Amino acid sequence: MGLEGYLIVSTLLFGIGAFGFLARRNAILMLISIELMLNAVNLSLVAFNAYLPVAANAGAIFALMVMAVAAAEATVGLALVIAIIRTRQTAEVDEYSDLKD
Amino acid sequence: MSGPMPGQCPPRSGWVRIEPASRDASVRTRPFEHANPPAGALALDISGVLFVLLAIGVLGGGLAVVTLRNIIHSAIAMMVCFGSLAGMYALLGAPIVAAAQVLIYLGAISVLILFAIMLTQAGDANLPAPFHRQGPIALVVTLAMVAIIGWAALATDWGAQAAVVAVVMQAIAQALFTDYALPFEVISLLLLAAIIGAIFLARRPEEDERAN
Repeated sequence: MGLEGYLIVSTLLFGIGAFGFLARRNAILMLISIELMLNAVNLSLVAFNAYLPVAANAGAIFALMVMAVAAAEATVGLALVIAIIRTRQTAEVDEYSDLKD
Repeated sequence: MSGPMPGQCPPRSGWVRIEPASRDASVRTRPFEHANPPAGALALDISGVLFVLLAIGVLGGGLAVVTLRNIIHSAIAMMVCFGSLAGMYALLGAPIVAAAQVLIYLGAISVLILFAIMLTQAGDANLPAPFHRQGPIALVVTLAMVAIIGWAALATDWGAQAAVVAVVMQAIAQALFTDYALPFEVISLLLLAAIIGAIFLARRPEEDERAN
């Protein structure tokens, strides 16, 4: 355990989020997967902050900043998704193929 | 760099400088661990047990998010994952980050996502297939990426100290308003832009016509 344990959990969570973003078809679930990846990075930042000699709690402060940016991203992303679902009547991203057809 | 060292605010005349408890003097023990664990076969490292339980919550919740068919269930699993992460932050001696995690992720973002799902999903009858055709390729790519990052994390000699250094709240507040004051203000601008953008995007077109 120790720092490596937290880093492994963070890596696995990032992988789960990346897989969800690449493989799922639902637009809202793709946004949730992005949140999972951001949380994985936050976990590694806080773990580094706790186990490594860092100046001025930089890891914890960066984690708080990432949370604020994630909140902004979720707000705008969900507004975009709701707008596109309202016009296209579906949340499946592979139905959004107007530019291809 | 000629400026002040990170974590030390420059002396200002007329201000009473509150000395933050230095990291060296702060608690160097894990918050949930006895200083002297009782000797014996059944003496459990409680922080290790908590870490395993929380890791199961985080990873199980994350796996449920990406594999469950019903997206409402995915959102509930996401809340489990975020809650376990808040516990991990507390275990890492960062209660302020744990509190922010509960407020922002469990409180705000989860509710926002649940609202978005309930506004857009049309019942749970005949759910569509959850994965793209490229799902297997995505799995292979992701596993390769996890293997590379995990190998890098394990092979690197971090020189980590054995015990957790707790985050002192006073130090984090002072750093946030001195060394990180500019990012703090830029974040407020970003949040304002996000609010305006979300209102603009989510507005229905007919409300425009009524306003004119």
